[in-house]
Amino acid sequence: MSNTVKTLAVAGAVAAAMTAQMTTSAAAAGGEKCYGVSLAGANDCAAGPGTTCAGTSTVDYQGNAWKIVDAGTCVDMELPALADGTARMGSLEELDRDLPQS
Amino acid sequence: MNVPLQHPFRKLPSATGVGYKPQHFQAIMDNPAPVEWLEIHAENYMGQGGRPLAQLRALASKFAFSVHGVGLSIGSETDLDVDHLDRLKTLCDWLQPAQFSEHLAWSTHDSHFLNDLLPLPYTKDTLTLVANHVDQVQNHLGRTMLLENPSSYLAFAESTFEEYDFLDQITKRTGCGLLLDVNNVFVSATNLNYDPRAYIDAFPIDSVKEIHLGGHDEDEDSDGAPLLIDSHGREIVDPVWALYDYTIAKTGPVPTLIEWDTDVPDWTVLADEAMRADTILTQQSQVAAQ
Amino acid sequence: MNLTVSQAAFTKAIMTPTLDVPAGLRDAKGDPAGKRFSVYRNNVAVSLTEALIQAFPVIVKLLGNDNFRVLAGQFLRAHPPTSPLMMHYGEALPSFLQGFEPTQQYGYLPDIARLELAIRRSYHAADSAPLHPEALQALPPEKLMLATLEIAPATELISSQWPIFQIWQFNMAAGPKPKMRAEDVLITRPEFDPQNIVLPRCGGIFVQALIQQKIFGDALTAASTHNPEFDLSQTLAALLTGNAITGIKEG
Repeated sequence: MSNTVKTLAVAGAVAAAMTAQMTTSAAAAGGEKCYGVSLAGANDCAAGPGTTCAGTSTVDYQGNAWKIVDAGTCVDMELPALADGTARMGSLEELDRDLPQS
Repeated sequence: MNVPLQHPFRKLPSATGVGYKPQHFQAIMDNPAPVEWLEIHAENYMGQGGRPLAQLRALASKFAFSVHGVGLSIGSETDLDVDHLDRLKTLCDWLQPAQFSEHLAWSTHDSHFLNDLLPLPYTKDTLTLVANHVDQVQNHLGRTMLLENPSSYLAFAESTFEEYDFLDQITKRTGCGLLLDVNNVFVSATNLNYDPRAYIDAFPIDSVKEIHLGGHDEDEDSDGAPLLIDSHGREIVDPVWALYDYTIAKTGPVPTLIEWDTDVPDWTVLADEAMRADTILTQQSQVAAQ
Repeated sequence: MNLTVSQAAFTKAIMTPTLDVPAGLRDAKGDPAGKRFSVYRNNVAVSLTEALIQAFPVIVKLLGNDNFRVLAGQFLRAHPPTSPLMMHYGEALPSFLQGFEPTQQYGYLPDIARLELAIRRSYHAADSAPLHPEALQALPPEKLMLATLEIAPATELISSQWPIFQIWQFNMAAGPKPKMRAEDVLITRPEFDPQNIVLPRCGGIFVQALIQQKIFGDALTAASTHNPEFDLSQTLAALLTGNAITGIKEG
């Protein structure tokens, strides 16, 4: 592509982008479940974790075993192949615990 | 964050405040009663911009603020993190809070931040260490700070000071004030089996510039002894209210904060807790005026 | 017996539940503290686990809550926070997932973690005033080709061999099942809430060049070289819609 042609194409692209920008402002939103919140900040998961100056009575410090049954949506998505094209094989393996039972 | 916010709040009112949570922004802007001031955890407002700082900008024109650090690790054996002191200074210079406080605890070791307030023994050595760190903070920020008594789950065999004497010594050496967490007193007294009122009686009460109240969880240790956990996740229990009443009778009206940090409820629940503290404060104000 | 408890020993005992509680810690009766020390073990492990659950909601859904806690329990011991700013905790999770044996067949997990980190960086990034779009159109194209665009600090770009935008949508916005393809995700923050948008093919090359302060013409050449059909207008529209362009410096 010559520079002149490219420059002309750019002018057209900028104009088209302007039009698109006017009409799609809301449609581009990634997912109102987390991000479509008002200044109230309800369910504001993009904020990430905050600090704490409190303790917890939840007991969970020993490290637990990997559970095949609780594998989440990974198993639902059926993405067919690894990035290098090899077939997806096997299932979740039992995790070797780095921490023994108390 | 370079230009200091302009607002009239130089001092916390001797009234009720709450630990600010972003989800309560609109409710607080609409109808904050009886809450008159807000406290934030400093570390949650050390981003560069966006909603967190925008909310503070809006709130600071209506409310006095207290900045409460949870990550400075004043009780560390090693040097304070100067980068973190700089971040605190940036935040305080911008927000111009009426007060700054931190904990008698440590949370960082070997540059690893453990996200919990960990205990230290009370000895001559740790007294010098903490006093030096408090001096450094006050010099760096150019303001007086408050130091808060921790919740204890265990004691150190090597300790030679009572906690209230240790805190008293720190105030005398550094000129800092104290933040008295009444729930922490109740939790520690139960866990270490002493009388919480005797602790309040011995506490350097004239140095108390702020009081914290919060909820705790009940558990027991392996011997079946009661073990209270300072969870900030539920209503304040009646014995803690009674201890607050007892404390306020000695201190007179002091800015009092309701802390609720986990399982944060709707604003109305928090406002009800604040109302209960406000009633006790108001009664004491009337007694003090007579 | 030495009853001095160093903070090094205290820390090590917290992070290694199999270790004995340091001597010198006492319960209410003056006996060795024993299980009371577990309160601190719990506080640290649980608070960091909860922090990671809040930080990586998509990874939590992908692995399930129980399995995520297993991952978190190992991660927090290998990579405790190095700063008290919890908002950015988990920066090492992508590389940790790369070597995490139980999830090796889910090769997209590290890139999803990168995407979630980028969304948080965007949320906390500095504010900026967007360029009025007319200013872009007002500049003659031959001058635009030599100009550099200033990009908002809240702008992030994550390029992946995996359909990470679709995976995000599937888990967070009830989107359809992801189909295999590479994706460049642009994260912008029009006001306070980060937005994800998938860029047209090679849009990532173009945006990356702009972020690196290459001139417009060079950014366009880089993208067009890889994809002669490169859709400039759609890419620009994504940037403009996200208030991601904050200025033009003429070359």
